[in-house]
Amino acid sequence: MKKIGLLILSLITVLILTGCGQTKEKTITVVGSSAVQPLAESASEIYSEQNKGVYINVQGGGTGTGLSQIQSGAVDIGNSDLFAQEKKGIDAKQLVDYKICVVGIVPVVNKDLKIKNLTLTQLRKIFAGQITNWQDVGGPNLPITIINRASGSGTRSVFEKSVMNNLETKKSQEQDSSGMVRQIIANTPGSISYLAMPYINSDVKTLKVDGHEATKQNIVDNKWTIWSYEHMYIQKNGDPLAKEFIDFILSKHVQKNVVEKMRYIPISEMNYQKDDHGKTTKIGGK
Amino acid sequence: MKKAKTIDKIATGVIYVMATVIVLILASLLLYILGRGLQYVNWHFLTSKAESFSAGGGIGIQLFNSFFLLILSMIISIPIALGTAIYLSEYSSNGRIASLIRTSIEILSSLPSIVVGLFGFLIFVINFHIGFSILSGALTLTVFNLPLLIRSIEDALRSIPNSQREAGLALGLSKYETVIRVIIPDALPAIITGLILGAGRVFGEAAALIYTAGQSAPPVDFTNFNPMSITSPLNLMRPAETLAVHIWKVNSEGLIPDAVAVSAGASAVLILAVLLFNLASRYLGNFIYTKMTGNK
Amino acid sequence: MHDSIKESLTMRSTSAKREFRGKFLAMFCTTIIIILVLSLIGFIASKGITIFVSDKVNIIDFLTHSIWSADKTDSQGRPLLGALPMIMGSFSVTFLATIIATPFAIAAAVFMTEISPKLGKKVLQPVIELLVGIPSVVYGFIGVSVVIPFVRNTFGGSGFGILAGTFVLFVMILPTITSMSIDALKAVPRHYREAALAVGATRWQTISRVVLRAGAPGLFTAVVFGMARAFGEALAVQMVIGNAMLLPQNLVSPASTLTSVLTMNMGNTVMGTTANNALWSLALLLLLMSLLFNTVIKYIAKKGTLK
Repeated sequence: MKKIGLLILSLITVLILTGCGQTKEKTITVVGSSAVQPLAESASEIYSEQNKGVYINVQGGGTGTGLSQIQSGAVDIGNSDLFAQEKKGIDAKQLVDYKICVVGIVPVVNKDLKIKNLTLTQLRKIFAGQITNWQDVGGPNLPITIINRASGSGTRSVFEKSVMNNLETKKSQEQDSSGMVRQIIANTPGSISYLAMPYINSDVKTLKVDGHEATKQNIVDNKWTIWSYEHMYIQKNGDPLAKEFIDFILSKHVQKNVVEKMRYIPISEMNYQKDDHGKTTKIGGK
Repeated sequence: MKKAKTIDKIATGVIYVMATVIVLILASLLLYILGRGLQYVNWHFLTSKAESFSAGGGIGIQLFNSFFLLILSMIISIPIALGTAIYLSEYSSNGRIASLIRTSIEILSSLPSIVVGLFGFLIFVINFHIGFSILSGALTLTVFNLPLLIRSIEDALRSIPNSQREAGLALGLSKYETVIRVIIPDALPAIITGLILGAGRVFGEAAALIYTAGQSAPPVDFTNFNPMSITSPLNLMRPAETLAVHIWKVNSEGLIPDAVAVSAGASAVLILAVLLFNLASRYLGNFIYTKMTGNK
Repeated sequence: MHDSIKESLTMRSTSAKREFRGKFLAMFCTTIIIILVLSLIGFIASKGITIFVSDKVNIIDFLTHSIWSADKTDSQGRPLLGALPMIMGSFSVTFLATIIATPFAIAAAVFMTEISPKLGKKVLQPVIELLVGIPSVVYGFIGVSVVIPFVRNTFGGSGFGILAGTFVLFVMILPTITSMSIDALKAVPRHYREAALAVGATRWQTISRVVLRAGAPGLFTAVVFGMARAFGEALAVQMVIGNAMLLPQNLVSPASTLTSVLTMNMGNTVMGTTANNALWSLALLLLLMSLLFNTVIKYIAKKGTLK
């Protein structure tokens, strides 16, 4: 028992020491959308290399976590797939929005399916449960298996906003991560879902919508309409380091070497913009 | 009489078959994990840091974090579990209070790890301002680990025959001294087995750690032994993604193109680590046992 | 006058002091646990009852309705929160997995303690202990890559559903139930067996009429622990059950469990909103159910104890 007491004592000492030691190095915490996480992680590594003693703690947790934690002030930056206005329970006026990049969302199907193109209406009807067999859209006689994302997920909100036109999606399988969706689509005949562009690989087959392919150029020109922003939110009077880090992400170097490499689209290249109601307008002068 | 013997033979046969089925299921599971993953495991994989979005990353820091977190949470939970188990098996008189404590332990053990994780997140990370850190993770794991440890230690203590206790008391030892000098050394091998089981679960736990120890493993400097520096591996306040969390992350939202290889490799390493850990603890248990009791 | 004899008799001996300290330490640890459990329960309960108190959701509706949509409201302006599909899903996978796993686990325990302890200790025990260490994530991915195609090809459907969840949980809770059953049977005193064998009982008679009966309370506890683990398991089940908030039609149609919904939506909801509080109500429900399990099994164990 004595030894154990000693152990606990030394543990507490270490704790207090580490607690005091925090002041020497500057730390900020970034929490939220798992889609932004890899981007923020690589950016933070480069940032810490350039600014010794500054340390950026990047965590996931989901858009809901990101927004609620930045609102309560528990973290310094909250990552989100959505405009804060779109999320219930968040007072967007308290926060400052930085759009750090654009992401395209693409319908994907199992590789064995011989379908290349769907119209936006067909896509909508499939996810609403009005079309239930692939032969109704020119495919084989095979039932359609819909894989959805969890109801609060950013990707799903964007997809519903751009495709569903206020029609309700059919209750069906839900998955909470892009990786799982990809794996299930790869293994399930006749399945359909949607993925953000960075997650697309050769395991799944992407579809054209209304004859347009989901390419960077088509998104820049808004010919591909299913896209959205990735956001970083900070508090109005937060740590200035948070703002500095966001500026660093928006810098040319990071936008080119990190954002583009991950198949996100740099914000500066867009010819169109969307507001929080999903209204798309051409950016003037371009 | 003859009928009874036939039934005995049949029953024995059935039990043999069932035991074999279990071993087969479990062995094929292990072989599947190892067979799929071992091909990716090499020195580079074990020591280099993970990549965010390009191929060729390793699991070095995650591996270290897993062990560090395990040790830390054991340091916190073993004394508490031991104390409670001693209380339950030696002091409490099986009354209302003991049954209340047992019920609460069982409730604790049946809580889904995600709930424990969120509790840890809101209490340790947010309320206590510990942040996403090894310490938050270890404290949360303690919540999760305690019921299993208490249960197994209590069982181990109870399996010691009462004659041992009586012998201790007859020698003039106090109850507490009897427990420490006689009962615990005798129960040690069983206690160690319980600890291994607990350690195994802690080692593989992901859901409770996602929101507490965090999902990122920033590079650490293994030459920096100052526990106050954030780049030191010994720092308790740094975020620490463990191996199990890494597997989860790579498979769910990871962007690396070699996710399949990394997760298969990491799973294999995880299994091997648990295996190694089991062997080491077992050896240690026997070693301590012979040392404490003096017999061979 | 200094009376050393009197002093030594009235003063507490070192041994008694140590005894006091030891007892204090043990009680102190127990108190920590109680505080921990109470704060956990209080924390979950306070968050979990919010939707009933401030959003006026009817508890009966919560348990019997099957539409789960926090954003929509019924005619009286109350959010639509019916947890029946998840409750059904959780119960189905838990019971099915436990029903399959228990005979195997007890057979393994009997094998290890009564039939061939040597072989058991060499082969069975290490494998079982190792399996406890496999993270649920790995089970989940084996489920997706092996169990799902197997179920799809053998039983039809998409493969995702209660059956797949049952298979995965079966393997996951097997080590838990087995290792605890072993402890339970080991705790049966040796002379029980000797007495049975001495009156001419065969090994099986000894096992079935003496050892298993004497170990029954312990075995029940092992089963509860297994059930509790199955009930609370989140990541692995979530990967194979399909997560559709629909009443399960059959064993191979996508369903959902309390934990899978909880895990999936926690990160996507904002703290303090109805959607988030509703998830805490699910957590509370999980808590209450495990309480119920405990009570029921305790009752059975009490009745079944060998007198």
